Amino acid sequence: MSEISPSRRRFLMAIPLAGAGIAGVAFWKMLSGMSAGSFDPHDIHAPAAGRVIPDFDLPAQAPGEGFSSTDLRQQTKPVLINFFASWCIPCIAEMDALLSLKKEVEIWGIAYKDKPENAEGFITRAGNPYTRIASDREGRVAIDWGVSGVPESFLIAPGGHIIWHGAGGFDNGNTLNALKAVLAKVPA
Amino acid sequence: MNPELGRFALALACTIALAQTILPLAGAQRRDVRLMAAAPGLAIGQLLALAVSFGCLIYAAVTNDFSVANIAENSAVAKPLLYKITGVWGNHEGSVLLWALILAVCGAAVAGFGRNLPAALRARVIGILGGVAAGFELFCLITSDPFDRIWPAPMDGQGMNPLLQDPGLAFHPPILYTGYVGFAVPFAFAVAALIEGRVDATWGRWVRPWTVAAWCFLTCGIALGSWWSYYVLGWGGYWFWDPVENASLIPWLSGTALMHSAIVVEKRETLKIWTILLAIGTFSFSLSGTFLVRSGILNSVHAFANDPARGVFILGLLALVIGGSLTLFAWRAPILTTGGLFSPVSREGMLVLNNVLLCSICAVVLTGTMYPPFMSLLFGRTISVGKPFFDAATIPLAIPIFALMGIAPMVPWKRARIAPVLRHLWLASILALVAFAISFWGLSGVLPILSATLAVWIVASSATDIATRIALFRTSPSQSFRRLLALPRSAIGAAIAHAGVGVTVLGLAGMSQAQHKIVEIPIGQTEHLAGYDWTLTGVKTEPGPNYTALVASIEIRRNGHLVTVMHPSKRSFNTQNQTTTEVSIHTNLLADLYGVIGDSHGEGPAATYVLRLHWNPLAPWMWLGALVMAIGGVFSLSDRRIRIAAPRRYQADNATMETTR
Repeated sequence: MSEISPSRRRFLMAIPLAGAGIAGVAFWKMLSGMSAGSFDPHDIHAPAAGRVIPDFDLPAQAPGEGFSSTDLRQQTKPVLINFFASWCIPCIAEMDALLSLKKEVEIWGIAYKDKPENAEGFITRAGNPYTRIASDREGRVAIDWGVSGVPESFLIAPGGHIIWHGAGGFDNGNTLNALKAVLAKVPA
Repeated sequence: MNPELGRFALALACTIALAQTILPLAGAQRRDVRLMAAAPGLAIGQLLALAVSFGCLIYAAVTNDFSVANIAENSAVAKPLLYKITGVWGNHEGSVLLWALILAVCGAAVAGFGRNLPAALRARVIGILGGVAAGFELFCLITSDPFDRIWPAPMDGQGMNPLLQDPGLAFHPPILYTGYVGFAVPFAFAVAALIEGRVDATWGRWVRPWTVAAWCFLTCGIALGSWWSYYVLGWGGYWFWDPVENASLIPWLSGTALMHSAIVVEKRETLKIWTILLAIGTFSFSLSGTFLVRSGILNSVHAFANDPARGVFILGLLALVIGGSLTLFAWRAPILTTGGLFSPVSREGMLVLNNVLLCSICAVVLTGTMYPPFMSLLFGRTISVGKPFFDAATIPLAIPIFALMGIAPMVPWKRARIAPVLRHLWLASILALVAFAISFWGLSGVLPILSATLAVWIVASSATDIATRIALFRTSPSQSFRRLLALPRSAIGAAIAHAGVGVTVLGLAGMSQAQHKIVEIPIGQTEHLAGYDWTLTGVKTEPGPNYTALVASIEIRRNGHLVTVMHPSKRSFNTQNQTTTEVSIHTNLLADLYGVIGDSHGEGPAATYVLRLHWNPLAPWMWLGALVMAIGGVFSLSDRRIRIAAPRRYQADNATMETTR
C-alpha cells in the first residue's frame, strides 16, 4: 500500500464521489424528463413500435393454420399478433377481451413455449379469437420479436411494420384503450 | 385539533433535529463539553416529539378521521382495526414518517447505549444522525405531509389496497425500514471518523454491533418480503428480481461485506478506508434504493404513487447526504493511515475475498437494476433486464462464496496454510460428497446438485468450526461444554449465521425441483401432481368483513390417505373493486402443498374452475435459513466483548494516544 503516491491516493478516493455525481446528474435528468413528459421509465416496450417485423416461418398450431413473416407482410389490413401460452393465467384472463376485440381487428396467435396438445386444449376451453395460430415451441421467434413475457401483443400495419406494442393482458383497461386509440387512427 | 398537534410535533422534531446536528458537531469541533453534552438529550427529545407525531397519525386512523387526506385515501370504516393501524405506514406519507421515527430511535439508541463512547465521537455520531433526520422530517413536512386536511371531509375513506391487508405485509415495512435506517449508524460512525481523521480497532469494534443489528433486521425484512410475495401474490415464486426487491438486496449485500470487513478493522487495523467507504455506500444504497422507487424512476410492480416533484426534493436530499459524505471521504480518507500487511492466504485474505465477491454481486444487481433507465436516458431505447440476466451473472459469483464460507472461519490470521484447515474439515468434506451423491441421484440439473452439495458443506463445516474450537470428542464432554461456554459469542453467532446461509441454499436447491400444474376442472374431478391426488370437492361463496370470497375445497390424498383439505379463495373487495387471491398452503416443513383458485367459467354443475397446484419441496427452508442467519446475528450481539470490553480498552488506548490530528 505504501507505494501509492499521495496524488494517486487522492485520485482514488475521489472516484466514489465522481460516480455518485454522475448517477445524481442522470437521475436529475430522468426526473426532469418525467415531469416534462419526455422520459417515461414505465414505457419499456415502446421502441418495438416502428420496427419491421423479424423474418420467421412457424408451423401450424391446431386448431389453426400456421404463418410466416411473408404471410404477415402481405396483409392489407392491420393484424394483432398475440403471444400466449396455456400455462399463463393472465392469458386466460384476457381471453374475454380478445374475443370481443376480434370484431375490430384480425388476431393471429403465437403459442409461446407450449406443448401443441396443451395449447390446443387451452384454445378449445377458453375460446378461439385467432384467425391463424402458429406454434413457437422453443420461443426462438419470440426472442426476435423482443417478447418479455406472455401475454404480449403487437399491432402490425400492412407491409409488416410494428405500429403498437403492448405488454400484459387486455383485461387491463389501459392496454385495451391504448390499442383502440391506435386502431382508430389506422386506415382499415 | 389532533392532526394539527401531530404536525406541530413533527415540526418540533425537525427543529430539535436541526439543533441536534448543529450543537454537538460545533461542540466537538470546538471541544466545548457543554455543547457536546447536549447531544443525548436532543436525540431523545427528537424521538419523543416524533413518537407523539406518529401517535397522532395512528389516533387519526383508528378514530376514522377522514378530514385527514391521508386517512381518507388509505383507510375506511369497515377496515379491521389492525389494518387501520398498520395502514398508517402502508402509504407514502406515513412510511416516510415511520422512516424518520426509526432514525430517531437509532439516534436515541446511540445516546442510550453509547455512554462509554468518547464524548466527541458520540457527539459527532448523534449530530450526523440528527442531520439526516432533519432532512427527512423537512421532506415529510414540505412535500409529503401526512396530516394534510381535506374539506369537505368524506363520510368514508377509500379503503386501502387489499393486497396490503395481510399480517405479513403489515409488519414487513417496519422491520425492513429498521434494517435500512439501522445502517445510518455505521454511516454516522464513518462520517465521524472521517471528520476526526482517525480509525482504529476500537472504532471497528463499535461499528460492528450496529452493523450486525441493522443487518439482522434487513435479513428478516427481505425474507418476510419474499415470503409475502410467495403466499400473497400466488405465483408460487419467491424472488422476482423486481427493482423494489433489488433495492433491498443491494444494501444487504454491501452491508454483509461491511459486517465482515469491520472484523478486519477490529482485529488487524487494516482495510480501514475500504470499511469507511462500505459504511457510507451501504447507507447510500439504502437511501437511494427506497427513494428512487418512490420517485418512479425504477419500474416496479410494487409502485408507490409517483410524483416527480417529490423526486426532486428526494434527489436534493440524497445529493446532500451521499454527495456530502463522499466529498468528505475524498478529502479526508487519503490522510487515514493504512494498517498492517498480511499474506493472501490468511483470515484477512479470506475476508478480502468475501468482500470482493459480495461487492461484485452487489455491482451486478446494481447494474441490472439501473441499466434500463440509464439505457433509456442515454440511447432512448429500453431493455428489460430480468431473471435470466440476474441468475446468469450472480450464481457464478455466489458459488465461490458458498465454497469459501466453509473454510474461511477456520483460517488463522496474518499468515496461514490451507492444508491443516482442510484436514480439520475431512468430515464435512465427506458429508458434502455424500450430499453430492444423493443429490446426483435425486435431483435434476447441475445447479441444484451443486447448491445442495454446497449447502451441506456450509452447514457441516460451520458445525466443524465450533466442534474443533471446543475440542469435541478429543476431551471429555464436560470439558468441551466448558469450552463452549467460554467461546466468544461472536464465533458461535458467525457459525449459526453461516449455517443459516446453508439452510437457505438448501431451500433454493429444493425449490428448483418444484412442480406445478394449471388445470381447469369441474367439481369432483381429481388431478395428480407430485405423488398426490388433488380433488376439487366444492366451491362456495362466503361473505367477509369488507369483501366476498369464492372459497374452494381441495382434498389432497397420498396413497388414499387424506393429507389435508385446503381452502384457497379469491376475494372481491367491495370498496375498491379489486380482487385478491388467498393462497392455501399446507406444509410439513419438507415440502409445501400450495393451491390457488383462479377464474370460474360457466354456471351450475357444469361450471369449471381454474386451479393452480404447486408442490414446492423445502420451500420453508429458504425463510427459515434467513431466520437462522438473523439469530446468529443476535447471538453475536450478545458477545461480552461488545458490551463491556470495548470501551475499557479504548480508554486505555486513549490515555496514550493523541485524540485528533
